[in-house]
Amino acid sequence: MRRVLKNRLLWPIGALVALIIVNAISRPSFLSITVRDGELYGSFIDILRNSAPLMLVALGMTLVIATRGIDLSVGAQMAISGAVALTIIKGSPTPNSLSTIAVAVLAGVALTLLFGLWNGFLVSVLGIQPIIATLVLMLAGRGIALLITGGFITTINSTPYAFMSQGYALGFPFAFFVSLGAIVIVSLVVRRTALGVLTESVGINPTASRLAGVRARSITWSLYGLSGLLAGFAGILYSSNIMAADANNAGINIELDAILAVVLGGTSLMGGKFTIAGTVVGVFIIQTLTSTITFLGVPPAVTPVFKAAVVIIVCLSQSRRVRQWARQLWQRLRPRPGGSAPTPTGSTPASAASTQGAVA
Amino acid sequence: MGDEVNAVEMRDISISFPGVLALDGVDFTLRSGEIHSLLGENGAGKSTLIKALTGVYPVDAGTISVAGQRRSFSGTADAQDAGIATVYQEINLCANLSVGENVMLGNEVRGPFGIDWRATRARASEFLRELGLDIDPRSPLSSHSLAVQQLVAISRAVAIDCRVLVLDEPTSSLDRGEVVQLFSVMRRLRDRGVAILFVTHFLDQIDEISDRLTVLRNGKLVGEFQVGELDRAQLISRMLGRELAELDVIGRSSERTIDRSGAPVIRALALGKHGQIEPVDLDVYDGEVVGLAGLLGSGRTELARLLYGADHADRGSIQVRGVPTRLSSPRHSVEHRIAFSSEDRRGEGIIGDLTVAENMVLGVQAKRGWLRRVSRAQRDEIVTGYLKQLGIRPADPNALIRNLSGGNQQKVLLARWLATAPQLLILDEPTRGIDVGAKAEIQRLIADLAEQGLGVVFISAELDEVLRVSQRIVVMRDRRKIAELQNNESVDVDDVVALIAKESAA
Amino acid sequence: MSATTPAATTPISSLRKLIQRRVSWLPVGAAVLILILMFAAGQSYFGRFLTPRLLSSLLVDNAYLIVLAAGMTFVILTGGIDLSVGAVMAFTGMLAAKLLSTGVPTGVVIPVMIASGAVFGLIIGVLVNYFDVQPFIASLAGMFLARGLCFVVSLEAVQVKDTTVLGLQSVKLGTFEWYITPTGIIALLVVVVAAWVLGYTRFGRTVYAIGGNEQSARLMGLPVARTKVLVYVISGVCAGVAGLLFTAYTAAGYSLNGIGTELDTIASVVIGGTLLAGGSGYVIGSLIGVLVYGVIKVSITFLGADSSWTRITIGILLLVFVVVQRVLVARGSRR
Repeated sequence: MRRVLKNRLLWPIGALVALIIVNAISRPSFLSITVRDGELYGSFIDILRNSAPLMLVALGMTLVIATRGIDLSVGAQMAISGAVALTIIKGSPTPNSLSTIAVAVLAGVALTLLFGLWNGFLVSVLGIQPIIATLVLMLAGRGIALLITGGFITTINSTPYAFMSQGYALGFPFAFFVSLGAIVIVSLVVRRTALGVLTESVGINPTASRLAGVRARSITWSLYGLSGLLAGFAGILYSSNIMAADANNAGINIELDAILAVVLGGTSLMGGKFTIAGTVVGVFIIQTLTSTITFLGVPPAVTPVFKAAVVIIVCLSQSRRVRQWARQLWQRLRPRPGGSAPTPTGSTPASAASTQGAVA
Repeated sequence: MGDEVNAVEMRDISISFPGVLALDGVDFTLRSGEIHSLLGENGAGKSTLIKALTGVYPVDAGTISVAGQRRSFSGTADAQDAGIATVYQEINLCANLSVGENVMLGNEVRGPFGIDWRATRARASEFLRELGLDIDPRSPLSSHSLAVQQLVAISRAVAIDCRVLVLDEPTSSLDRGEVVQLFSVMRRLRDRGVAILFVTHFLDQIDEISDRLTVLRNGKLVGEFQVGELDRAQLISRMLGRELAELDVIGRSSERTIDRSGAPVIRALALGKHGQIEPVDLDVYDGEVVGLAGLLGSGRTELARLLYGADHADRGSIQVRGVPTRLSSPRHSVEHRIAFSSEDRRGEGIIGDLTVAENMVLGVQAKRGWLRRVSRAQRDEIVTGYLKQLGIRPADPNALIRNLSGGNQQKVLLARWLATAPQLLILDEPTRGIDVGAKAEIQRLIADLAEQGLGVVFISAELDEVLRVSQRIVVMRDRRKIAELQNNESVDVDDVVALIAKESAA
Repeated sequence: MSATTPAATTPISSLRKLIQRRVSWLPVGAAVLILILMFAAGQSYFGRFLTPRLLSSLLVDNAYLIVLAAGMTFVILTGGIDLSVGAVMAFTGMLAAKLLSTGVPTGVVIPVMIASGAVFGLIIGVLVNYFDVQPFIASLAGMFLARGLCFVVSLEAVQVKDTTVLGLQSVKLGTFEWYITPTGIIALLVVVVAAWVLGYTRFGRTVYAIGGNEQSARLMGLPVARTKVLVYVISGVCAGVAGLLFTAYTAAGYSLNGIGTELDTIASVVIGGTLLAGGSGYVIGSLIGVLVYGVIKVSITFLGADSSWTRITIGILLLVFVVVQRVLVARGSRR
């Protein structure tokens, strides 16, 4: 199994390394890290900090995708949590007190947790297709955020709030620690408990899992809640960064970036087996890509073209046909005596094996 | 009958997949106007041979000739053009379309403005009527029974004017009446000169319908015989390559006496579900195997699912050891130590992409919930134990379960349930689609488990199996329980069949 | 058990037969019902709601969406999805605006627009069918590509002054009360052609077959691969045509056009009765779905509410529709 895991991570890590090398060559300053007042600065550090919202969202997305689902509403949920938190802080007489901040954050996150559970209810209890179920909140959520802020972009002036995304701790950006914390907690929960393997079971064969006594419904339900929770935190970070609640732009397109990160990391959209490590690498790939493009002077609006190229390359590399071509090319370059039996076209080892399994 | 060109001639066919030599130099001849059966254990290569003939797999070596002409198929369309039509076990039609559309799909009658639906439907009706089907071509395919859908699939074959018809396990899900109808259709086609290749594992059906048969074993041709040339035992030994004494070793389990003085493990009182089964009473005691016998559609699976809580009963009640219990979900049943093995191994049993070990431990893990993970040590203990006890091959805990043969998959699933230490084990068709050797092993296992005190509900379409392992037999028909009898020396298959038949006459 | 149905001709059995034959039309019927209800509600609440002007504007203002929905129907019928349509629409519009502004004749620009839409569709179709990329991801890549290329063509909006193109929208045929523009005519034409293709050509039947059971369709010898690629090409072509209509409507090419339009399109198709899983649905239904969308948009304007409410309402309506569909399907499949 370790071999499989290593194989899976090979491509994403390779892609990330290639990106870093390209960057390092074109701008040597990319790798430099400067220290100022005990705080680290540099392109690398920027990536660590700026990737935090995406990291949180992508972690939740990984688990939801593993259950054969998807959560398109995470961007809208980011807008909602930001709107709630900032509205509370703005309306409070003590915007700088830690307790106000704590209440604001908790309220924002609690609301998105509820919305996540709502999504989970639609999917696991009513059996609605995840795309549609979360599409609804994606469409309606920003409107809800606008309602909360009364139609305006609420701005605040609160130093402790700004600290979350702009501050430093132990030399590193605080946001990075949030990111790290989420990764560690999710990984521990998923692998130390049986949640990981039960989620995979539900994603691979929900019916069989249910018949085996797995609480498929509860697991799916909670994972959507978790996705909402993480999106809530991401929204807090985002609003902390711009010190505003921008219902229309908070988290725009982040669901697509998150899905991309998950897919780049090697988790299949079909659900089942998933990899947190892969998603982490995927997030860094996307963030580095954004940084690369910005540096190259390409207008940020054009970034999508590069994302498209990355997606296509990764998907092609994961596609069976390309793998077959690569294998045949490799065989042709290194002729072996006797040759080896070609795999039948139109079917692959995987499908042949499963057909054999069906026959037997 | 014809001494002219054979409908199909396959010479020296070899096909291999990574790690597996599926067919090794197999010869096969099919004549026009005959029904030819293809026999072999699972993994013998039947399915592969058919897929080669129908263009799904390309051959690595050897030749295929159709009506004397050398052919090389690069896809299913090629095979169809050559006049070869196939009806697979899973009806390969489109349930979202109507009957007529399915029959004529791809060959609709076209007019100046596109498809002429009236003419298309008329032609579809023609083809359906040729097979004795008088159904509305506009009716949705899904509104018909599986048997009718199969006949629609055959009508499609007739519609494309096939010269060769391949039927892959067509009778697995049919009841006796439907089989008779299918056979009459097959004979009609045969008499028109169609060459029919009939794959089945029901040996009596082969005697009934075929003219010749071919036996494969381990990817090689064993021989081609006339029907009647070999008796049953010889045939089976050709298929297995060994004598079949094993099945008799189990002996007649009916000899054991069951202590029915205490509360039964499970008691169903007037258990039923509207539209599925009429109220049924059922008791299962410790150490007893209760066999559910009946034809397809008699409600055995439905009853099993109600007992397990996979479906919700809307009538009646259940008592577990005398205590009234509501089993509203598999979760509850697991907590009450009831286990259920579905008849649909692929769809409702195995978690394909997980390993053998993970599949085996799933029942225990599900019971403990997600917080308390089964430790590595515990898992290894369970896994190595069952790998050995059940003789699972390959004995590799990290193999993906979907790469195992059906028999071994079934054993892993059994292990999953046994690991949860159940008091009642409900098995729905545990030996379906499994080779004779593994069948024997599983039957013996069930007998052993019962002897050790486990209560078992055993469902199987093969009545001799039911008779071999059960102490009591419950007979069902048309969603009702019609009889219950003690199993002993004097009871045999014909008695049970007669019971079923008697009810239908009334 | 019996292969023959008894020749009963009681009224009830005839009715049942009729319903059974047309069962896939039920969701479309539901959509029509909703449309009628909304008209009635609007009329009773606002007073002068159901006017010929309003009904005409429903078609004309949403012509681009009708075309997009028609194309999307093909894709969704095969069980796929195309997230790129909004971006491709924007791209083709931007391309056209740019070409027109540099003097390229209209007769060349329009085919180029449509061809570029087809190219995007081809790329997505090939990715989905030959490289096993999931439709969601492949069309997402297409969306990113189109959106980015849009900005490459021009960062700012480009005015369109070409009279032919503008005429498509401004020429009003008919009376002052009931009117239609060439864009509306084009939209209706697309719907008619699409409906004909789906219902009366072998290609169209293959589309339905793939959505019903792709494996079976393949085994039946149908040209599955080619069809799967073609449906995305069709969607791309429709996006190109929609680009033309939208550019005529806004008199400009603008890279931020069509953001979120793919969701509006999908919502319209689903509300119109096409099942997301594929295999069942009609283009007429998608037309009704767009009209429903249009009525909601108009009602929001009438109410004087913020336009973001349109999206919310569509979202809620979509949800209700899907839940009802789900309940009906669950009841139907309980055998």
